[in-house]
Amino acid sequence: MTTTTAIHSTGYRVRKGLRIGFTYLLMSLLAIFFLFPIVFMLVSSIKNNETQVMSDMSTLYAFVPRGELGLQNYYDVFAQLDFGHLMFNSVLIVAVMVILGLAINSLMAYALARLRFRGRELLLAVVVALIIIPFESVAVPLLLLVNRLPWFGGATTWLDTYHVQIIPFVADAFSIFLFYQFFIGLPKDLEEAALVDGASLFRIFWNIVLPLSRPVFATVAILQFLTHWGDFLWPLMVTRGPEVRPLMIGMQQFFGLDPKIWGDIMAFASMITIPVLVVFLLFQKWFVQSVASTGIKG
Amino acid sequence: MTAISKTPLSSRRRNETIMAWVFSSPALVLLTVFLLTPFLMAVALAFTDQRLIPNPNLPTQIIWLRNFVRMFQDEAFLRGILNNFYFVVVVVPIQTALALLLAILVNQKLKGMNVFRTIYFSPVVTTMVVVAIIWTFLYNPGEGLINKFIQTITFGMIGPQKWLQNTKLVFPAIMLLSIWQGVGFQMVIYLAGLQEIPTPLYEAAEVDGASKLQQFLYVTLPQLRNTTIFVVLATTILAFKLFTQVEVMTKGGPQNASMTTIVHVVHQGWGQLKVGYASAISLVFFLIVLGVSLLQRYFLREEKAVN
Repeated sequence: MTTTTAIHSTGYRVRKGLRIGFTYLLMSLLAIFFLFPIVFMLVSSIKNNETQVMSDMSTLYAFVPRGELGLQNYYDVFAQLDFGHLMFNSVLIVAVMVILGLAINSLMAYALARLRFRGRELLLAVVVALIIIPFESVAVPLLLLVNRLPWFGGATTWLDTYHVQIIPFVADAFSIFLFYQFFIGLPKDLEEAALVDGASLFRIFWNIVLPLSRPVFATVAILQFLTHWGDFLWPLMVTRGPEVRPLMIGMQQFFGLDPKIWGDIMAFASMITIPVLVVFLLFQKWFVQSVASTGIKG
Repeated sequence: MTAISKTPLSSRRRNETIMAWVFSSPALVLLTVFLLTPFLMAVALAFTDQRLIPNPNLPTQIIWLRNFVRMFQDEAFLRGILNNFYFVVVVVPIQTALALLLAILVNQKLKGMNVFRTIYFSPVVTTMVVVAIIWTFLYNPGEGLINKFIQTITFGMIGPQKWLQNTKLVFPAIMLLSIWQGVGFQMVIYLAGLQEIPTPLYEAAEVDGASKLQQFLYVTLPQLRNTTIFVVLATTILAFKLFTQVEVMTKGGPQNASMTTIVHVVHQGWGQLKVGYASAISLVFFLIVLGVSLLQRYFLREEKAVN
């Protein structure tokens, strides 16, 4: 009796061990699939010798840092173009867009969630309906529109500016919706008490609602960042010179130069990727939570 | 008494209304100018021959349905729409299934799951332009890594291919990297769905003697119904927006083999300045996305009514 249980449990343990082993094997193979292009990029970028990059690319040596290693490719990129300026443009555009967006989208969502006023229901319905309109379907008419918009100082077009890359994306219906969903879930007691004490609505929003809403602000900021950091279509259409162009357009142009020097291209690509990867690793949990929240059903 | 207490209340109401519009107006104005207006413009322009830079000798005319008629004779447009559907049919099932598999794997209570989750998600934070360029290198004709890999595992039976120059292979090649880049996003949504399934359901199933497979089929899958609808339809919409990787890698070529609707819209509207025609195509694209979105809302409502 005892021996059979013992055999049974050994068999069970072996089977369980096998299953776990198989799971790790499968997950590691998948991990290789998801990592190899990134590792390939990073390793190629530090091989100083272009011949080495080309001869290694068809074997497993593509993933091994060997031969003459260094930052020569990175220096080459800096020698050919003003990488710092492109990076500055990208960071400026996304940062201003995200910060302004957090302010105005949360304010509107707060009005929709908490204030009683005529037209509230209609406004909410309009916001939900606007989520459906994809940017791609309005890009061309928007180009026509911004081409003729005036700006301070007498400019008669928005083309080739920073603001043309920022302002159209500040207000975002989906961000408003995420804020709205969060705000209606907050308990009202504190806000009502403050109202009785005579606090203004803006004060209540700033001093009571904001501190309670850090998670949703982080979520919206990360989602907007992920959506717009890689923006390509719109900057391609509205910028012509290198002054205000973001990194992605710079990368595409650099890639289009012939002859292609893959070591340099991979160095450029690495410089775009590494900062975002680092930020992602630092705030991993927040990234995952933000993305998960897009799955909530409306 | 009542009159006194009523006045501050109604004034507070009025104040609330004013503040509501003050709070809403910045976002509302921007949405109106930069989303609603161009959308209405697209609807109107679709029936004209408007150009981006108007020619003073050729004033813009209303041409009614001629843009739409032209679309059906436009090979690049038809190829683009067909490719988008081709992309949906292939990528959506694969990407959804893979996302579910990844989510189930990293949802296990084993050591190191966080590391795997991070690895699977890392392509999502790699910008599409960069992804497209790395994969162009991987697809290098002749000596590229992917060619060598396929030659090795098939013992040289499948020779080197010119992935991005071959009209049959170029679109599947783009599909592969799109899945690679996007699947981590869906994995995370599935992961959130999995974590919402109440554990007692599994315990009950185990007591009833259900195998792991049965638990997956009769507990996990039905509980993930809404998540799956969301993932499938959101991925479908993304598939119709396909642009960046195609523009960077092939610009729709060779011979329109990798053309997509949005690539065509941009080439027509921005490249050839045919704003009217591009607006008409945008409108067709919008109707497709609208259809998918309504389908999504319909399915999710249905579910609520049943429960």
